[in-house]
Formats: sequence, structure tokens, C-alpha cells
Amino acid sequence: MTLLSLHDLSMRFPTPEGRETLALCDISLSIGKGELVAIVGPSGCGKTTLLSILAGFQRQSSGQALLNGRPIAGPGRDRGIVFQQGALFEWMSVARNVDFGPRMGGAPRASREALVRRLLAQVGLQGYADKAVWQLSGGMQQRVALARCLAGDPDLILMDEPLGALDALTREKMQSLVLDLWQDTGKTIILITHSVDEALLLGERLIVMAPRPGRILQDLRLPFARMAAGGDLRAVKQSRAFQSRREEILSTIWGLEEEIMGRPEAAE
Amino acid sequence: MIVLLTYLGLFLGSWSVLRLLSPRKPRPVFGDIAAIRPNRWAQLLSIIAVLAIWGGFTGSRLVPLHVPGPFLGQTGFDYGTNGPDGAAEGRVTIIVHRPEDKPDPLSLPVGKTVFATPAWRSTLIRPTDKDTPGTQIVTVEGLPISPGQSAPVPHGHVVLTPKGALSFTPDPGWQMEPIWLPAPEAVAARFWEIARNGYQNTALWEHLGYSLLRVLAGLVLGALVGIPLGYAMALSGWFRGWFDPIVEFMRPVPPLALIPLIIIWFGIWESGKIVLLFLAALWIMVIAARSGASAVRLSKVHAAYSLGASRMQVLRHILIPNSLPEIFTGLRVALGVCWGTVVAAELVAAEKGAGMMILVASKFQLTDIVVMGIILIGIIGYAIDILMRWAEARLVPWKGRG
Ligand SMILES: Nc1ncnc2c1ncn2[C@@H]1O[C@H](COP(=O)(O)OP(=O)(O)O)[C@@H](O)[C@H]1O
Ligand SMILES: [Mg+2]
Repeated sequence: MTLLSLHDLSMRFPTPEGRETLALCDISLSIGKGELVAIVGPSGCGKTTLLSILAGFQRQSSGQALLNGRPIAGPGRDRGIVFQQGALFEWMSVARNVDFGPRMGGAPRASREALVRRLLAQVGLQGYADKAVWQLSGGMQQRVALARCLAGDPDLILMDEPLGALDALTREKMQSLVLDLWQDTGKTIILITHSVDEALLLGERLIVMAPRPGRILQDLRLPFARMAAGGDLRAVKQSRAFQSRREEILSTIWGLEEEIMGRPEAAE
Repeated sequence: MIVLLTYLGLFLGSWSVLRLLSPRKPRPVFGDIAAIRPNRWAQLLSIIAVLAIWGGFTGSRLVPLHVPGPFLGQTGFDYGTNGPDGAAEGRVTIIVHRPEDKPDPLSLPVGKTVFATPAWRSTLIRPTDKDTPGTQIVTVEGLPISPGQSAPVPHGHVVLTPKGALSFTPDPGWQMEPIWLPAPEAVAARFWEIARNGYQNTALWEHLGYSLLRVLAGLVLGALVGIPLGYAMALSGWFRGWFDPIVEFMRPVPPLALIPLIIIWFGIWESGKIVLLFLAALWIMVIAARSGASAVRLSKVHAAYSLGASRMQVLRHILIPNSLPEIFTGLRVALGVCWGTVVAAELVAAEKGAGMMILVASKFQLTDIVVMGIILIGIIGYAIDILMRWAEARLVPWKGRG
């Protein structure tokens, strides 16, 4: 069943020189309920722009973005968002960050407390409810961000390089947490990353984007997310199939970068 | 000059002594500024050095070492005259006493050949026993002297004035006159006296309290107007456009430059002072609130909206808390500026207040009160800042950790 569908979505930005950047060009895409979609691509290919249109922070220049059949007209509780880092409210405790959405919506205290307990357990932060967020490590902060986003019970979770600032070890732990959450909650997730490994591992569906103009280059279905969920993430990464896929995608992106470098407008 | 050299000497001396005495610790890499902590010994010694110099150059009883003081006691010199009666010899005796003492009348009667003068002051000596018209002083201590010339005598020097009298100046030594700078104990004594009896019919705490109250009134008004205005300028292009020129224009004008205009408009008394302090605080608070609210990371605002927050909730729960650290910094700066401004405004005119105390005392040359006032103003300013930092650490612990 389709949750999100994009039709010929384009986004143009004026450049300081008075011309236009085509950040997104005729993106058409349809994403079903419960899918875990990873988007990968060289920087500047419009990943963040696409995400912020889906979140409702920006409006597309042309085309249509439908969520549950209705056009996206602004940010809303039906879409949760997880940013790279620094999007937590550092003046609130962990618990108050997590229950921010329900609190703003006027949910009663008792139900919020139960929710916070459940969500913190789900992301592995039992007992941290009253800590200040700036006392937590980067990985723990991202766990709080995940819990905060889940608290609103969104239909669609949008993540913009959520693990980008973490060290390799923490990152692997968080990758398996994301997979677990996906399995447990059945949420639809769109996850942007610039790590090909991460995209291959987490993307049940992998979309490779290309820049100038921002467009979808490849749209693949991959088995690795289901293999890794609940199983051994590292073993999956070492498997032959994973490695060869990795080489394939890397050389595609490598080629893209070369192509951009060679083009004169790229120097702008 | 000597004071500065002494200070430099104390600085270098204590530094090298402590470097020799303290155990060698691994020092942070040169340039690692974050690792630099103020040296506890240096803090302590710095205060001691200032007190030692102050005491040493004012002859304080509290410090053991002094620079040579002014000559005190009895001295004298011989002189020779020439006139119609022929040459003659004479001798004068001079008693140099502390400025605050009277010469002891019993020890020597002040009269024709005995003179008295306070230390640091010169006195005219006209030997009246050789008063025949036409008699002139021609030698001092056996050496010839003519009008306008000066000659050394024991513990001082004399100048022969054009009218033929001798002006004797005792050796001043290196210490400072109390009227320039009183000794620490004199200032402390004055402090106790004023703390107990008040000054100009007003208790000391009332003087200081008045200054503080003015500062608080100005600051509170400035914050009440400035913070909302700053938010409005951060959030609305219209407000920013409208008020930016005013704020940017007023910001570099020092509050003291406004005093004349404010006196013309609001008078010299309480309302004028509070308006002045209000203006001093206003621009600082506007800018603090504006930059605090503008510095919010867009992702926080976006996160709040996608969690279902309304605009008012974003303002209340995101923009305002996010700006609190900057507002605190603004309050700290504004308090410092206001405290300095209130003292200056009280110097212009006031019935009560720390600045007024100094001004009145300086008119009567009561340097000890002036020094005491300056020290109190400094201590209070410092205490306010420490209080604000403490409050900041308590109230906005997330400062700089976003
Ligand atoms: N607000 C904006 N104004 C102008 N140009 C923008 C803006 N946002 C993005 N762009 C341009 O759009 C392109 C895509 O940006 P972005 O979506 O951030 O890429 P990615 O996230 O994939 O690195 C880039 O060329 C960028 O310069
Ligand atoms: Mg991006």
C-alpha cells in the first residue's frame, strides 16, 4: 500500500549570479507502508532538499508530493524527523525532549511518563530520563532523537544523515538499533546517508541519486536489511554479495563525482 | 615611575621565586589556551603586591618595608647677611612635623629663630633679628647665594626669593603625601567610621544601596523593553528594518555622552538617572535578545514543528530558552555598564550614592574617602559579576553545549 508518492517533483534555487540551480529534477517515486528506504548520493545531489520538502519545511517549485493521498502542505506530526546532531533541545532533560510532541499536544502527564519509559527502554536508555542531554555522548543523543521522533507516532520517519557524526563503533550499534526499531514498529523510514555501506545495509530499498540536476539514478531492492535485522550485522557486511554490491555502487558514485568534476558548471 | 618599577620588580621577583620553589609540573603545550588556569599563587601575590606598594609608599604601619619617608624632626642652617650694619652671622632652627600634628610647643618656642613646617610643605623664613632695612642674606651654610638661587641645607633646601626671604623645603622622601594617597589603614579607619556614622547624613549602605537601586531599576526597565524588542527584531523583517538603524546608531554612543541631553530633558535627579541607565541597558539587551534568538539552529525549530508545536510553542519552548545564555551574558554586560554609568551620573549630581560620596569628598580633599569609595565601587562591581556568573551556571547550565 502506497504511503508516499512523488510526481515530477522539481526544486529550483536562484543562484547569486542570477541563474538557477536545479536541485531536484522531475523526481517520481512511490514508497509503500513499512519500507525502509536509504538514499545515497554525492553531496549536492539534493538529498536534504528532497527530505525537507517531504517534511514540509520547503515547498517544491513544481510537481506533487502526496502523503496518504494528500498533498504535503507543511510540517506535521504525521512525519517525524531525525537530524544529524544538535537538534535536541539542550535546555530540557532527556524525558522532556522525548515527550515534547505529546506535551505540546496536551497529552496527560501519566500517559507521557509511561510513553517516555517505554521509548527509552526501546532505544536502550533506561534510567537516563532525568539526565541533561548535553551530558550524553553523541550516540546516546541520537538515541534520544530517535525516541523523540517515535513519541509522535508518525507514519513516516525522515532521517538526514542521522549517524553521520558518530564514530565507527557507535555507528554500527546505531545501525542495528535503527533496524530493530524498523522491525519492531513497522514504521516507514527514509534515511539519507553518504555512507555506501550504511545505505546498503539499512536500505531494504536503495535509491542512488545523482547531482546537477538532482535526480534518481538507481532504485534497487536489497536483501541485506532483512538479513541483518535481528541477526549479525557484521557478518552481513562481510558477505560476498554485500561486498560486490558495495563495489558496484561505489564505482557508480565514483563515476558521478568524476563526471561533475569534468563539467564546467561544476566550478561555480 | 618608581612605583611602576617597584611593581615590575615585584612581578618579576615573585615569578622567578615561585618558579624556583614550585615543583616542575608538565606544562600545557604553548598555545593550548583552554588549558591555562590562573595561578593561585599569582592571584594571592598580586593582591599582596598592590597592598605592599600602597603601604610602602604611604608609610603604612601595616607593612614592614617602606621607601624613605619625608624628613621629620629638627634641623637648621647658618646664614650670613650683609647690610648697612656690616656683615653678620645667624642660625635658624626648623621643626618639621607631620601634617596632621601641631608642632610641640614645649620642645622649642617658635619665634624669631625657630620655625615650624609640616612635612612636604615649604615655609618662608625671614630672620627678623637682622631686620634693619637694606640687610640682605648673602650666604647660606657658608656659601654665597643670590636671589632666585637655591642651596642645599641639612634635610632640605632653601631658595632665596627675589624679596630676600628664604623659602625652606624639607626633604620630601619618596613617600606620598596623605592628601595624594592615604595609607591603607587610614582608608580602613575611614571606612569603619563611615560605616558606623554615615557620610553627609546618610548611612554608607544607603549611599551604596541608592546606586544599586538605580542600576536595578534601569536594568529591569531596559530588559523589559529590550528583550521583547530584540525578539521582535529577530523574528520579523519589519521590526528589524524599522529598529535596526536606531539600534545600530545608538549602540556605539557611550551612555555618558547622553548625560547632558538627559539632564536637559529629564532633569538632574532620579528620573534622569533612571532614564540614562535604562538607555545604557536597553541597546545591550536588544542586541543580546536578537542575537540569542537568531542563533537558534534551524534544525531545532524544524524538529519542534514536526513534533506538532505551534508558533507560540516554538517561541516559548525553543526560541526563548535557546536565547537565554546570550540574554544572561547581555545582563552581565549591562550590569557592568550600568554600574559604571551610575557612578558617573552621581558624580554629576546626586544627594545620595557612591559617586556623590566620592565627589563631595574630593571637594574637601578627603582623599581617604575617595579611595575608599573607589575600592567599594570596584568590590561591588566585582561581586555583581561573580553573582551573575554563579546564577548563569545555575540557570543556564547548557550554555555553549548545544
Ligand atoms: N536554500 C538554498 N538556496 C540555494 N541553493 C540551495 C539551497 N538549498 C540547497 N541548495 C542547493 O541545492 C543543491 C542540493 O543541496 P542539498 O539538498 O543540500 O544536497 P545534499 O543534501 O544531497 O548534499 C546544492 O547545489 C545546493 O547548493
Ligand atoms: Mg545534506
